[in-house]
Amino acid sequence: METKSISRRDLLKSTGVLVVGFSFFGTAARALAQGEGLSVDGMDPTVLDSWLAISKDGTVTVFTGKVELGTGVVTALAQIVAEELDVSFNKVYMDSGDTDKAVDQGVTAAARTIERGGVQLRQASAAARQELLKLASTRLDSPVDKLTVTDGVVSVIGSPSKKIAYGDLLGGKRFNIKIVAAGVGWDMKVAPDVPAKNPKDYKIVGKSIPRVDLPEKFTGEFVYSQDASVPGMLHGRVVRPATSISAPASIDESSIKNIPGVVKIVREGTFVGVVAETEWAAIQAAQALKVTWSEPTLKMMSGPNEVFDYLKNTKSFKDNVVTNRGNLDAGFSQAQKKYEATYYWPFQLHGMMGPPCAVADVQGDKATIWTGTQGPFRTRDSIARMLNIPPKNVHLLYREGSGSYGRLESDDVAEDAALMSRAVGKPVRVQWMRADEHAWDPKGPAQLTTVKAGVDAQGNVIAWDFMDRSFPWSESDANPLLASSQIGMKPTGAGFLNGAGGGGQIYTFANQKVLAADIPWVQQGQWPLRTSNLRAPGDLARVFASESTIDEIAADQHVDPVQLRLRYLTSDKRISEILVATVKKAGWTDRPSPATASTGDKVTGRGVAVANRANTMTAAVAEIEVDKTTGDVTVKKITLGHDCGLIVNPDGLKNQIEGNVLQAVSRALLEEVQFDSTGQKNLDWNSYPVIRFEQVPDLEIVLIDRPDMQPLGGGEPSIVPVTAAIANAIFDATGARMRQVPFTPQRVLSALKA
Amino acid sequence: MARISLKVNGKSRVVEADPSTPLLYVLRDNLSLHGPRFGCGLGQCGACTVLVEGNTMRSCMLPVSAAENKSVTTLEGLGNVAHPHPIQAAFVEEQAAQCGYCMNGMVMGAKALLDKNPHPSVSDIKRSLNSYICRCGTHLRVIRAIQRVSNSSVKA
Repeated sequence: METKSISRRDLLKSTGVLVVGFSFFGTAARALAQGEGLSVDGMDPTVLDSWLAISKDGTVTVFTGKVELGTGVVTALAQIVAEELDVSFNKVYMDSGDTDKAVDQGVTAAARTIERGGVQLRQASAAARQELLKLASTRLDSPVDKLTVTDGVVSVIGSPSKKIAYGDLLGGKRFNIKIVAAGVGWDMKVAPDVPAKNPKDYKIVGKSIPRVDLPEKFTGEFVYSQDASVPGMLHGRVVRPATSISAPASIDESSIKNIPGVVKIVREGTFVGVVAETEWAAIQAAQALKVTWSEPTLKMMSGPNEVFDYLKNTKSFKDNVVTNRGNLDAGFSQAQKKYEATYYWPFQLHGMMGPPCAVADVQGDKATIWTGTQGPFRTRDSIARMLNIPPKNVHLLYREGSGSYGRLESDDVAEDAALMSRAVGKPVRVQWMRADEHAWDPKGPAQLTTVKAGVDAQGNVIAWDFMDRSFPWSESDANPLLASSQIGMKPTGAGFLNGAGGGGQIYTFANQKVLAADIPWVQQGQWPLRTSNLRAPGDLARVFASESTIDEIAADQHVDPVQLRLRYLTSDKRISEILVATVKKAGWTDRPSPATASTGDKVTGRGVAVANRANTMTAAVAEIEVDKTTGDVTVKKITLGHDCGLIVNPDGLKNQIEGNVLQAVSRALLEEVQFDSTGQKNLDWNSYPVIRFEQVPDLEIVLIDRPDMQPLGGGEPSIVPVTAAIANAIFDATGARMRQVPFTPQRVLSALKA
Repeated sequence: MARISLKVNGKSRVVEADPSTPLLYVLRDNLSLHGPRFGCGLGQCGACTVLVEGNTMRSCMLPVSAAENKSVTTLEGLGNVAHPHPIQAAFVEEQAAQCGYCMNGMVMGAKALLDKNPHPSVSDIKRSLNSYICRCGTHLRVIRAIQRVSNSSVKA
């Protein structure tokens, strides 16, 4: 994959106009793909040319519905393609997230991009290689098994002068062959019968190839969605107070008459926005516009406690039982010691650094959208529904936004831009302000988790009853996003389950039930308590509860917490292996908690936790210090072990793990959405603090690479065990058990008094 | 609207803008300098940082009129991909970003720090960059990148 010697900005300069949507890839390659096989669901996956094109000069252009979210995943995908085709990495160009050019491979989310999308691209590349070898066999008059490929040149083994390059084999033409593709989105199986390369022969996969996007990100040359610009573009801002909203009773247009450059106040249903000639005019107008809102029909909840009471007392509409073994009643009746506790997890923000931004140009029954969505086809379809035009009439061009951690699966801002563009008949760029994003970020849902466990006279865990109560994601499936909802579109479903992993199902107990209950939640979306998938959805809370419980049992039974876990981690050797490797690296010594060594006001402790997220195994050891006079917790060091099967790019994976761990520390110690019946209270970074440099712990990473396995996800599993490891370390240091996130000084002080 | 004279990255520029416009929007929209980024508009995150007369300023809070005839340096003024500044090269070496949205602030903050203190300790770096937020969690790599510059003989 090329680190472009000519930057996109240079190209822009050379054309003399600012346009987005041009391709910096070869126009020949674009012509090869465009207009052929485009269906309502994007390009036809059973046509090999939908996946990739090879130009005369040997350049490989890959068309993918997967997008770069800042995790480095597109670099890793390019490595997979280069490896399978036997071409050098810098010959592979990734054309990503263009709904008129790509196959719909599903959203880029859930750390599934390498695991699923990577395998799809690998198999498409393997099919291309097979076809190229067939063509070469004819041209070189040699059987396929006598051919070898070096950097895109096929030659006859033993006769190196008999050779031909990929580019010459195709002569700049399409493959024109069909491949097998069954299923849809990330579940699609592509060319499953074509043999792929033996991982033992890998030369590019497994290397820490530097990311192609980073150099431009340090110089200002990178083009984010926030930088998208088209001629004649206007600027829009939304007007949404940080509380439940309903239709405006009145709008005082004179309140912004002194702001020059205002083009239009856009009002439709409960939607209000302002379009202006300049960004500053739009910002000022949105702030100054006097809107009298009618009384909302949906009342804001009075605060987090009302939410927890609601979670506790509301009947679930779906109980997802993930483990049900033995007989719980019998188990508890034989138990000599019983444990029971409830754990509380707050609403938390995705907290994107850059508020979302999109440019929309709606002209008649056609629309062009430049946006940072995690799901190009999902946003295309939602905009088509909102504008009531066919999906094929919406052309979406992906432009990377700020890191989003799940948030941009719900691409609200693209809808805002489309509504405002339709209202003024011109292209409109909309960026949310900081308070818009803090308030209207579809949040990671609150969770209430209860764990009951029973231990027999010999100290065996013989009963485990785990119940998580959480809200589904109101912003999911085909449910309308915010603007669609504001103009009157109705929800079609109850939303997607907030996960069910992390409830202790990694352990094998004789009598065991793990259940994740879906509590019904408001689906209208016109309040700040809308919900969506936040990195490793729901697993942090469930692992906090289950791994705290295991730890509590170990401490009560005077057993080292690693040893107790290993007794029951019998279902998969990968998980016990990552736990053992991690504690070894952390210098763990065998002893029960709490520690007795430290005295005085500042005490230190260590804690461990282990997790399985979508078959990626992780373990964390936290070393912390607690100031017993202030309640301040300082995380000194995290050791994080990670096994995601075959590793594609080790440094890229480490970068992901580092980020996950720091985000986890932030969410464990600092983050909670605050609100009362008047609305959301934390609308900036001072009132919703996140981790800063002076709070960053040391970090040690343990990687287990398994080249004999498929590659699994690395984008989110390592965030999962960290909260529990910190909570267990606080117990080790102080003897106080934390039951509610975040572990604020006040909560630590009350736990110390309990 | 007024005509305002600026000195940006060593060049004289004249822009037509409302004098109350924060410098950030003038740099981005009038001058197409996209290095400085909008993160909060409140001076809390650092993504919009520029150097004014060598000092870091949050351009989202600074009216363009206050920058008139002062020397403004943006991320683009340090270097480009073909000719990167040593700090930018060190960030690439350490692969010190994920989404990169906050990196303008990190690089400009590092520039201001290293100009004053060419050999900062880890705690100097942490203290100096504590007002810059990164949500992806690349802090440890940013620290390593700054140490790399500090340890090399190249003048930052």
